[in-house]
Amino acid sequence: MKDVREALMVGRNTQGVMVRRPLSPHLQSYNMLRMSSLTSILHRITGVALGLGTLLFTAWLVSAASGEGAFSVVQAFLGSWIGLVILIGFTFALFYHFCNGIRHLAWDAGKGFELPVMYRSGTLVFAGSVCLTVAFWVIGLLIW
Amino acid sequence: MVNKVNGLNRDDAPSVHIMRSELGRARGLGAAKSGSHHWWAQRVTAMALLPLSLYFVVSILMLSGTSQPQMAAFMAAPWNAVLYLCLTAALFYHLSLGLQVVIEDYVHGETARIASLLVLKGGIVLCALACALSVLKLAL
Repeated sequence: MKDVREALMVGRNTQGVMVRRPLSPHLQSYNMLRMSSLTSILHRITGVALGLGTLLFTAWLVSAASGEGAFSVVQAFLGSWIGLVILIGFTFALFYHFCNGIRHLAWDAGKGFELPVMYRSGTLVFAGSVCLTVAFWVIGLLIW
Repeated sequence: MVNKVNGLNRDDAPSVHIMRSELGRARGLGAAKSGSHHWWAQRVTAMALLPLSLYFVVSILMLSGTSQPQMAAFMAAPWNAVLYLCLTAALFYHLSLGLQVVIEDYVHGETARIASLLVLKGGIVLCALACALSVLKLAL
């Protein structure tokens, strides 16, 4: 051990053998299809996806400020089949992160930790984000 | 000094030995070196983003398939420009805080971690400034 902080990174397993504690992501110790782990990892995945989405957001605004030529290229890409598939993905990610974010803020306020409530709010997050995505695209394609 | 705690000798009394220095305790900033600021900033920007992202979604619907002059006319309305600037600030701040934690969780080497954090924060500042300047250019 070079660093005293490493003292916290070792422990004994059930056989009493000294082992290094696992570092995150603890993929080996979680069932990723449980409501708790699934909603949690999806929150992070959609967050990272939305981070990539901000590149598109930036390209959209910068091209609009650059002039008509650049903007029409970006708009044409967004209106293409590939563009629409990407945008459907981003809208779902946005609505999921939005709904589950409200759930996280409720937890921060100390509310909704009971297991049945957690399962119900998780289901509500999935239903809500799917409904919002569908509603967005129905309205979007109608007024486009 | 009291040598008895709840009738037990001082040495027998259950206790937790904290190896943290007095200075560290006085500063109260913990291992993250910034106290609870990151946590609070993430929640405050999240709350700001609730109405701002709904506004963004509605604005996207209004701007679908729009031409550049229509986009400029949209941003020329002061409220739209101001809301887009607020959105840009809250969005990129929230993104920076969120991705920072992802990197801190998954990138373990100290050099690699600090390097990727610097690249991340630099890239986010660049994107945020590019968005803000574009909104202002369209608006003014």
